[in-house]
Amino acid sequence: MFSYCTDPDTLGTFRWFSCYLTTGVHMSFYWAFLKVLVLLAITAPVALAFGFGGAIAARSHVLPVSWLGKGYIAIVRGVPDIAFFLFFVIALDQGFEMLKHWVVCPDWTDPIRQGNDFLVCPQAKVPLGTAPEWVHQTYSFFIAVITFSIVFGAFAANVLFGAMRAVPHAQIETAEAYGMTRRQTFWRILVPQMWVYALPGLSNLWMVLIKATPLLFLLGVEDIVYWARELGGTKTPRFTDYPHPDWRMWYFLALLVFYLAFTRVSEIVLERLMQRLSHGQATTGGEAQRKAAA
Amino acid sequence: MKTLMLSAAALAMTASIGFAQTVRMGTEGAYPPYNFINDAGEIDGFEREVGDELCARASLTCEWVKNDWDSIIPNLVSGNYDTIIAGMSITAERDEVIDFTQDYYPPTASAYVAAAEGVDVTGGVVAAQTATIQAGYVAESGATLVEFATPEETIAAVRNGEADAVLADRDYLVPLVEASGGELVFVGDPVPLGGGVGMGLRESDGELRAKFDAAITSMKADGTLNAMLDKWFGEGTGTY
Repeated sequence: MFSYCTDPDTLGTFRWFSCYLTTGVHMSFYWAFLKVLVLLAITAPVALAFGFGGAIAARSHVLPVSWLGKGYIAIVRGVPDIAFFLFFVIALDQGFEMLKHWVVCPDWTDPIRQGNDFLVCPQAKVPLGTAPEWVHQTYSFFIAVITFSIVFGAFAANVLFGAMRAVPHAQIETAEAYGMTRRQTFWRILVPQMWVYALPGLSNLWMVLIKATPLLFLLGVEDIVYWARELGGTKTPRFTDYPHPDWRMWYFLALLVFYLAFTRVSEIVLERLMQRLSHGQATTGGEAQRKAAA
Repeated sequence: MKTLMLSAAALAMTASIGFAQTVRMGTEGAYPPYNFINDAGEIDGFEREVGDELCARASLTCEWVKNDWDSIIPNLVSGNYDTIIAGMSITAERDEVIDFTQDYYPPTASAYVAAAEGVDVTGGVVAAQTATIQAGYVAESGATLVEFATPEETIAAVRNGEADAVLADRDYLVPLVEASGGELVFVGDPVPLGGGVGMGLRESDGELRAKFDAAITSMKADGTLNAMLDKWFGEGTGTY
């Protein structure tokens, strides 16, 4: 990166680190931090949407819809995360390819499963075999986003389902007395008030989601854990300009600091959000605010 | 004129089909000198060089893909990439699931490395990477086997005393022993294992396998493979 990096005198000085930490592999490492943040930025709202949908379905008066919502919550919450993560990555990918295969290659006669091989026609590959590597990486990243969203959506659904029931019943009755329809009651009375009951559960989920991001590594995405392990491993002088012994401890220490800092910032932001949502609510938090102001 | 245009079109079609085939080469990227990630973050090593040359000779467009060793065979058969080129020894067990080309690296010796001389490699605790021929060998040797997902961790286990010795391909261990400054030493006799290193392909991909086989044969015949072996593994390794 810097001109003095080719100078042998740099070796052994502190400047060596400025060279070492700016190699191409380290850039991939820094890029991976961004990947994790993007994953969280996309997954959190999508999972919340899944959760909202799940909660609405679960409280539906139409029985099959309610079964669907409750079934989703019960199944995903009951199965170990890791089993789901390993299952969805393979199942979603093969599912997409199979659907596309039926659409684009209706004349294909060979079986899709031949012994151990999973074979769809070349045009049905997702992404296409000819696609550049970044397309493949983006694809596996989105498979990961969907998987995370399905799993965390079920937990969010359960939290929101409970929060909707926690809104004082008198509020709903009053709304009905005013002649609001069921839909109006839901959107104007129930939803605005439920967040204060949902937030403790949702903030908990957010923390768990942050800490679950190293699972990306299991899903074949080269995340920060992958690069920390790769970069920290012993490097011998024959294959690199920057040989070093086993430094994995230091790289994992950096990850530890990153995650601690990130969760701490989240805690502060969520605490502020809680204060804002409590304002004027008939909860102990809202009551405390009222007394403090009086 | 019409036939001329038709044949020209047909020619263009076949040419474009020939070009359109991208072969995705799966490797681990953690096993120098076979394959590793270089300072620039790219896949490098003996297999990168051999693979690129094979693709050039078979006129294929190749793309390199990294995958964990643990799941390297499942991801091949489910079609995430088309070949495994990751220092994989040809064994009967693997041959039941996938197919191999002929070897591009002759049958190798594996070796034990320990932190001190005189370690009992048949009675002590020996580390090996999961799902390797070395792990299979240790399990049957009478030693207690501890498995790790990456080669790096097997070496770390010896350094921190969790294992008495590690069994791995000798070529992987040589640079590590050299760079350790006496901390790591070879112990016991080398163990000949496996039927050479070959490329792994899906069993249904016979055509692609034939192309790579032909390319390997031509590389063996004109000595380029020997030159690459000498370059990456030291003078005198080339034996084809």
